[in-house]
Parts: sequence; C-alpha cells; structure tokens
Amino acid sequence: MIEESFDAIVVGAGMAGNAAALTMAKKGMKVLQLERGEYAGSKNVQGAILYADMLEKLIPEFREDAPLERHLVEQRFWIMDDRSHVGLHYRSEDFNEERANRYTIIRAQFDRWFSAKVREAGATVLCETTVTDLAQDAYGRVIGVRTDRQDGEIHADVVVLAEGVNGLLGTRARLRERPKTNKVALAVKEMHFLPRETIEARFNLSGDEGVVIEAAGTISGGMTGMGFIYANKECISVGIGCLVADFQRTGKTPYELLDRFKRHPSVAPLIEGSEVKEYSAHLIPEGGYKAIPQLYGDGWVVVGDAAQLNNAIHREGSNLAMTSGRIAAEAIFQVKSRRLAMTKENLALYKRMLDRSFVLKDMKKYKDMPRLMHTNSQNFFLTYPQLISKAMQTYLRVDGTPKSEKQKSTLKSFVNARSWIGLFGDAFRFARAWR
Amino acid sequence: MKVERSVRVEDKLFCNRYLVDTGRPHIKVRAHTRPSPQLLALLKACPARCYELNDKGQIEVTVDGCMECGTCRVIGEPTGDIEWSYPRGGYGVLFKFG
Ligand SMILES: Cc1cc2nc3c(=O)[nH]c(=O)nc-3n(C[C@H](O)[C@H](O)[C@H](O)COP(=O)(O)OP(=O)(O)OC[C@H]3O[C@@H](n4cnc5c(N)ncnc54)[C@H](O)[C@@H]3O)c2cc1C
Ligand code: SF4
Repeated sequence: MIEESFDAIVVGAGMAGNAAALTMAKKGMKVLQLERGEYAGSKNVQGAILYADMLEKLIPEFREDAPLERHLVEQRFWIMDDRSHVGLHYRSEDFNEERANRYTIIRAQFDRWFSAKVREAGATVLCETTVTDLAQDAYGRVIGVRTDRQDGEIHADVVVLAEGVNGLLGTRARLRERPKTNKVALAVKEMHFLPRETIEARFNLSGDEGVVIEAAGTISGGMTGMGFIYANKECISVGIGCLVADFQRTGKTPYELLDRFKRHPSVAPLIEGSEVKEYSAHLIPEGGYKAIPQLYGDGWVVVGDAAQLNNAIHREGSNLAMTSGRIAAEAIFQVKSRRLAMTKENLALYKRMLDRSFVLKDMKKYKDMPRLMHTNSQNFFLTYPQLISKAMQTYLRVDGTPKSEKQKSTLKSFVNARSWIGLFGDAFRFARAWR
Repeated sequence: MKVERSVRVEDKLFCNRYLVDTGRPHIKVRAHTRPSPQLLALLKACPARCYELNDKGQIEVTVDGCMECGTCRVIGEPTGDIEWSYPRGGYGVLFKFG
C-alpha cells in the first residue's frame, strides 16, 4: 500500500511513459510509474524502427548499452501486386556513420532497458499493476489513480496518461473519445528466426548493417494498409496492418492476410526456412491530426499513442511518443518550478510547447491524408498497384511490339481504369494532402 | 494458387507466452439471442480467433489466447455488445519480443 503522494504519476511504461518519467525523475521530481505488464515491454508491439535523435535527447549515451539490432543503411518501398513488386530502394554508405540515425530494435528488450534507466534516475516503477480508474475530486479534477493492487487511491499533483492506443482510463473518465474503427489500424506480426549469416546474405548486408522494407498494394486486398519486413540481427519482423473498419467491412481475417503476404513470391524467399517464435497483434493510431484529442486538463496530460500522436504516412510513432512524453514532463516541471498549480490553464504550456515541436507540425502537414487514403482505398491499394505492375512489365518485356504502341496501351489501361478525370483528381488530391 | 489455405491460429498462438488468470476473463460478451453485426464481425477480425459461434448461434469469447490488441473493443464496445478491460496486472500475454 502506497500511502505517500507523488509529484507525478505516469501510467504506462512504453515509449511515452518512460520518456516522461525519466525526464521528471532526472529533474528531481518524485515520480511513480505504473505498468500493467510483468515487465516494461511485455505488452508492447512495434515493427520496429527506432529513431536515434529523439532518444538521444533523453539519453545521449544510449548507444553504449541499449539493446539495438541493426543500424539502417537501406530503405525499400515496394508497390506490390499479387505476383510482382515495383521497388524504390535507397541505400547509402553515409548511413554507416558512428552515430547512426535509425536502428531496428526488439520492443520487449528495448523497453526493459529504457525502464532500467528510469529507475536509475530515481523514479519508483511498479510493474504488474493495472490502473483501473482515475481518481477525480468533486470538480472533476484528476487527483490520482486507483489500481487493481490495493484498495485506496494513490495521489499526485498531476497524472501523465501514457497508456497507449487503447487508453481505457482517459476514455472511462470521459477526457477523450474511444478510438474509432476508421481511425485505428490492426497490425499483426511474426518474428522469424534465421542464422545471422543467412539474413545478411539474403538482404545484402554486412556486420550490423540493416534494411527495412515497407510494402503497399494488393497485399491488403483493397483495404487501407501496409506490410513491412524489418531485418534484425537474428530474426526478421514480418507484419501487415489495415484499418479496423476495413477488416470489419471486408470480413478478411488478419492472419490470412499475413500469411498471404508471407507467401508472396517477393517475400517468401526472404523468410524461407525460418522458425517463428512469436505472433503478436496491436493497434496503431491512424486518425492523424484531426483525431488528436484535448491534450491536457486539470491535473492531467496525455502523451503518445493515447493522444493519437502517430504519423502513419511516415511510420513514425515511438519518436513522437518519446518527444511528447519529454515535452509534457518539461512543461510539468516548469509549472512546478513556478510554484503554480497543475490546472488546465497552467498545463496548456504543454500544448504550446508541442505546437512548436516537429510532433504537431508533422501531424498537421498530413492532416488530410488519412481521409484521402481511406475513401480511395480501392484505387490506391488495388487499382494503381496493378496498373503500375502491368506498365512495368509491358515496358520491360521485349516482344517486337513498337515502344510507341506500348506507351499508348499503358496510358489506355490507366485511363480505362480510372478515366482522365479520375487520374487528375487522384493526383491533385494526393498532392494537396501531401503538401 | 487461388485456394486460401486456412491458417491455424492456434499454432501461431502456441509459440506465445501467456499467464492466464483462470476464472477471471477480462472480456465479456453481453447475453444475446441473435448476435449483432458487430459481434459477428469479431469472428473474423480478432487476430487470435477468441470469438466463436456456439450451437445456439450465439457468440462466445475465450480469452486464453487474447493478445490484448483492443480490436474487439473498438468494434464491440460502442454498441454495448462486449465489456472490455485489461487483465489484472501481470496476467495475460507476455511478449518476449513484441
Ligand atoms: C506493428 C507496429 C509497428 C510499428 N512500427 C513502428 C516503427 O517502426 N517505428 C515507430 O517509431 N513506431 C512504430 N509503431 C508505433 C509505436 O509502437 C507507438 O507509436 C509507440 O509504441 C507509442 O508509445 P506509447 O508509450 O504511447 O504507447 P505504448 O508503447 O503502447 O505503451 C503503453 C504502455 O502503457 C501500459 N498500460 C496501458 N494501460 C495501462 C493501465 N491501465 N495500467 C498500467 N499500464 C497500462 C501498457 O502496458 C504499455 O506498456 C508501430 C506500432 C505497431 C503496432
Ligand atoms: S483484444 Fe484483440 S486478441 Fe483479444 S479478444 Fe479482442 S480482438 Fe481478440
């Protein structure tokens, strides 16, 4: 039973919660962090690419002992139809730098390491503890939490909600809405183990070099979604995710989708002969800027996935989570140092600071993307990939057809499928949303 | 090529680690005579195939293989078809890799 009261309680020991707890503990605040998993990371799923810059701001010397897999020297984007892929590959020797920019990681291991840093900084971390409710006073101000451990409440000046995409507490307390089916994607993923040398040979890597593949196209069967293949040291993460609304609408099953992706002739050789050691599933917030809820209130702030801070277009989430957690912690510390109360008015500082960061600037840039992708999913994820594949094949196959005729027939197939108006409309809408 | 081999989800879940909180399921299906479209959707959308149709045509949930993703919550909670919570601290799925 914890009788004392804290400066801050952080719910969740994921990317956002760890960043927030670490930042506040380092500044000497009395912090309690609660995590429902047996250990930090035991409930978390990610691809996973770690962006070094955002972690460096928290732990500058993280490369010394963090469990990192491979630093990325190559990125591939694949547009796929059922039998082919058109790829854009970027590889650069410049990425073989001492302070690499991106790494692959294994979340369960990384979070454990991150959590140890939080403890070292002086925060009290309690795992195996599910927070069941927020404690509110008669005016609706958040004053602490209730857990499934002890009867009674634990009090704090402020509660940082870093509870991830499902965020039960915030929704139960009516601080924000429950995630909607067209604003979250369900991703399923498997860990495929292979000898190191096999992975390096198959992906054209040496030493700790790494590569990631992002894939879109008919693999999602007309649903809004993407697949991914990330090379780790001794395993490969293979996964695919689509909007929950699309799963609901089409009745396609997530595991069949994943298996179809694995059987694709471009994917199968990469994972052939591997041993699968884990199958996982998790939601990803995909609503974008327009889905961001109220971020602060009397006695609380919300950070990371729980606040829908996730850039689905660039597949960035953990870095936005870490950054929003750090910024929230810095704002809280400023309010505290000025000896002010943790009121909605004073905590608005968090939002002002977040507005100035890349987090909300990036989210805002793509504010129209989620709707565009969703309302045009058939075109973007079925029609175009098929047309592009056909165009490439027509172009590459040498069969005595004059090139001018090939060009004409390719153009015709695009116009037949989408009409001129459709093509220009799609290009225009895409360009606008991307701008 | 066209035939969709049916995937055995149980085999996939078999490699995962779980600590099942026996007798305390964290998800409950509201009693019903005929399942709503939302409940029916869960038969396919749940990545662990936790939802099944019983002999009486009702939907049942067995949470032993649940990965706590929240998909069924997003679909079934707004209509009141299911009640969704997290398992007690420490219980449920324990990802080794995640
Ligand atoms: C398949 C997949 C691939 C991804 N790939 C990438 C990628 O490559 N790069 C990237 O940057 N991002 C990626 N993301 C997104 C990234 O994982 C998230 O944005 C990030 O984890 C969000 O961090 P968070 O701390 O907000 O939430 P989480 O990491 O989900 O942490 C929430 C924590 O809170 C705990 N918790 C929740 N409720 C309670 C409660 N009531 N009581 C106690 N504890 C609680 C949970 O157990 C969990 O530990 C991916 C996501 C998925 C699903
Ligand atoms: S939370 Fe996910 S895995 Fe668990 S029953 Fe619901 S849909 Fe299935």
